[in-house]
Amino acid sequence: MFRYLIHRLLGILPVLLLISVLVFAFVHLLPGDPARLVAGQDATDRDIAAVRAALGLDRPLWEQYVTYVWNILHGDFGISLKTRRAVSEEIGERFFPTLWLTLISMVWATLFGLVIGVLSAVKRGRWQDHGGMLVAVSGISLPSFWLGLLLIDWFSVRLGWFPTSGYGTLAHFVLPSITLGVGVAAVMARFTRSSFIEIAREDYIRTARAKGAFEHLVVWKHVLRNALIPIITMVGLQFGFLLGGSIVVETVFAWPGLGRLLVDSVSYRDYPVIQAEILLFSLEFILINLIVDVLYALVNPEIRYR
Amino acid sequence: MASEALLSVRDLAVEFPTERGAVTVVDGVSFDIRPRETLAVVGESGSGKSVTALSIMRLLEYGGGRIARGNMLYRTRDGSVRDLVKGLPSDLRPMRGDEIAMIFQEPMTSLNPVFTIGDQISEAILLHQDMDRAAARAETLRLLEKVRIPEAKRLLDVHPHQLSGGMRQRVMIAMALSCRPGLLIADEPTTALDVTIQAQILRLMQQLQEEMGMAMMFITHDMGVVAEIADRVVVMYKGRKVEEGTTEEIFTSPQHPYTKSLLSAVPRLGAMKGCSLPARFPLVDPSKGSAASEAPQNTVKSAAEPLLSVRDLATRFDIHKGIFSRVVARVHAVEQVSFDIMPGETLSLVGESGCGKSTTGRTLMQLIEPTSGTIWFEGRDIAALSAAERRGLRRKIQYIFQDPYASLNPRLTVGFSIAEPIVTHGLASGSAVRERVAELLSLVGLLPEHAERYPHEFSGGQRQRISIARALASDPRLVIADESVAALDVSIRAQVINLLMDLQERLGVAFLFISHDMAVVERISHRVAVMYLGQIVEIGSRQDIFENPQHPYTRRLLSAVPIADPRLRSRDRELITGEVPSPTRRVGDEPIVEKLAAVSPTHFVAKHTVGAY
Repeated sequence: MFRYLIHRLLGILPVLLLISVLVFAFVHLLPGDPARLVAGQDATDRDIAAVRAALGLDRPLWEQYVTYVWNILHGDFGISLKTRRAVSEEIGERFFPTLWLTLISMVWATLFGLVIGVLSAVKRGRWQDHGGMLVAVSGISLPSFWLGLLLIDWFSVRLGWFPTSGYGTLAHFVLPSITLGVGVAAVMARFTRSSFIEIAREDYIRTARAKGAFEHLVVWKHVLRNALIPIITMVGLQFGFLLGGSIVVETVFAWPGLGRLLVDSVSYRDYPVIQAEILLFSLEFILINLIVDVLYALVNPEIRYR
Repeated sequence: MASEALLSVRDLAVEFPTERGAVTVVDGVSFDIRPRETLAVVGESGSGKSVTALSIMRLLEYGGGRIARGNMLYRTRDGSVRDLVKGLPSDLRPMRGDEIAMIFQEPMTSLNPVFTIGDQISEAILLHQDMDRAAARAETLRLLEKVRIPEAKRLLDVHPHQLSGGMRQRVMIAMALSCRPGLLIADEPTTALDVTIQAQILRLMQQLQEEMGMAMMFITHDMGVVAEIADRVVVMYKGRKVEEGTTEEIFTSPQHPYTKSLLSAVPRLGAMKGCSLPARFPLVDPSKGSAASEAPQNTVKSAAEPLLSVRDLATRFDIHKGIFSRVVARVHAVEQVSFDIMPGETLSLVGESGCGKSTTGRTLMQLIEPTSGTIWFEGRDIAALSAAERRGLRRKIQYIFQDPYASLNPRLTVGFSIAEPIVTHGLASGSAVRERVAELLSLVGLLPEHAERYPHEFSGGQRQRISIARALASDPRLVIADESVAALDVSIRAQVINLLMDLQERLGVAFLFISHDMAVVERISHRVAVMYLGQIVEIGSRQDIFENPQHPYTRRLLSAVPIADPRLRSRDRELITGEVPSPTRRVGDEPIVEKLAAVSPTHFVAKHTVGAY
């Protein structure tokens, strides 16, 4: 298991290298001169030359790359063009709102999807199954910006149960996390159902019944433990989906998170911030994949011993 | 119910609901099982024997079936009689695993992959017995020792994928016997195992049965196993019981034509004694009951040059480990193998799984690159051929695989699959291809119009015929048949063997017949090579190997074959014990291979130490 972990960790290194190169190249691949972009539209040629020297853009490319990586390793992501504050500060204060929102959404969506999926599979072909899958298809089909607006209209404006937008108390989390998690819950429910039905056909499930196991043991122990293996992979993929989804939801609910920062930076062409966010999202993806791989090995003994 | 019976099944009918109405798969079956008795239920796939077993356990309903009528009276441990048909399937839960236990055909898939062996057996104990976890674990250890598992203590914390098929079946038996059931239902428990492991498991089951005094319902299609183990036999055919009697009666005076045809299709080891040439099975028509006798045939052109000559062939696989993928060990799958095949000859390669017989076949087919050694085909060294010549060679050597279900593309018509080699090798074009496909289909006993159909419309035996037609499409000189009849029912197996021999007579094709089934090998071969741990330990004519086996491993292999004659039942034959040693060796630790010593001009045997011999 330890060897496996080391192996996975070492496997990340080349990916990190590739990502840093791509993110670094991002500014250089854009049309136009980065120094002119940074200096602004009214800058004179002398201003641009000064900016170029200040940013080190006149030095060889490899040297710029090394400096870039060095700075990142020291937590220096540059200065935001819009606010003139350090990018690390901008991102730092928005990181946790997004993280909490994503985690809360993920947890309820996964648990909910799992239960619905298992019930649908056990009651296959009966009303519970049809009902569950109808809800699931609706969940996948609803666009999140529209669902968000709908929820605000009902629960905030008409009933006044939850705040319409913003960040602060637990109540602020309810509507955004529902909006964000519905799609995931729906996908998880469908996926759990099919994975569960497949495992339930296996010979070893018949063995479990043949030794006289109670039906609840057969379902929640023998089938589910095996069905979890593909489900864990799915959870990892869905996490990535949530990172993307948060951009829309944060805009709808005026959530002070990374998603909205990204939208704002793109419209302002705040390249240092965009660059840092791409890097951060990539790192998150890698980290999630690593966690999924470790969990995968924990539930699947055939991988653990390899 | 009969006063002495443990289980009394009366007029059992089982149906499966489908979109086109209910299909009856078991129809009015009745039989008794007495305490301590072994009842064999025999029949082919689809005869309803497994469904009958699942009905007794009431596991049937979980697979979508339904008991339409009948009753099954079971005498429980405390002496009360219970009708298993009454009530819901879940009402029977307390009896499952406690009063009646079951083991299944596929040991590889019958254990839950995510739980340890110890957990899975203790679960069965904890479900039915008043014990705490520590006591259950101790009892589990005792059971594992009882089923003769070496290092039982280590096994408690091991997951199923780390065990061989034979070991997994022992674990299944330990689990089934954990509560000392009155009745053990064994559904083809040894079919998926090697013949040597089968012999071990059968003996173990007999010993445990005597020790624990339980009754056994033994489902099988193998008459050899029946003769070996059963007190009485029920023969099933198309969902009905067609015959019932003591094992002696069934074997000596079968009444029903189907039973006769089943027995005629059973390969009997030693049936060919004194005959130097292969001979077809004298098959009995199940509808008439009359037998056709078959004369031996001589197809070998012994004066000719060998068609295939293999010298010192070795195929090894490297095992890499660590971040830098260093080679830490090698699997010595094939080691210094040498043999000839004459035109029109059948050479059989026999041995247990993992002995390297399939790797040899694949290497000859050029699916795997050999590590060293030379292969001459029609007098030419394969290694010296150009790429185009190699393609031509592929045309002349064809392969028939084991699994007729997996080896045909389900999305392509049968005609397309057969036509593919003809078109690839440019043997015909236009309407000539269609004619050739039709010709090939009739050659293997199918109809030309079958070309338009898809694989799923055919039975296993028919599919194997299609695979044979495809192999013959390119007009090969050598066909490698890798366990090609192992997955087929007995009577179908006999038909396919007869077909292969017909084709050899008509086309003069040579066969490399790879098999673990000694009785089939005895029928079809001119010569036999016995493989063990990647080496040929004995090679000779069919008579040499079967009537005068020299190598101890050959003798053990032969003694493990169940003999389809209850009078020859013996419980003290010398069996191969334990598992086959691993062909994996550390780098630099090469196995010692010496030249085989001549016993006679046709018969050679290894005198050096190989593995355990």
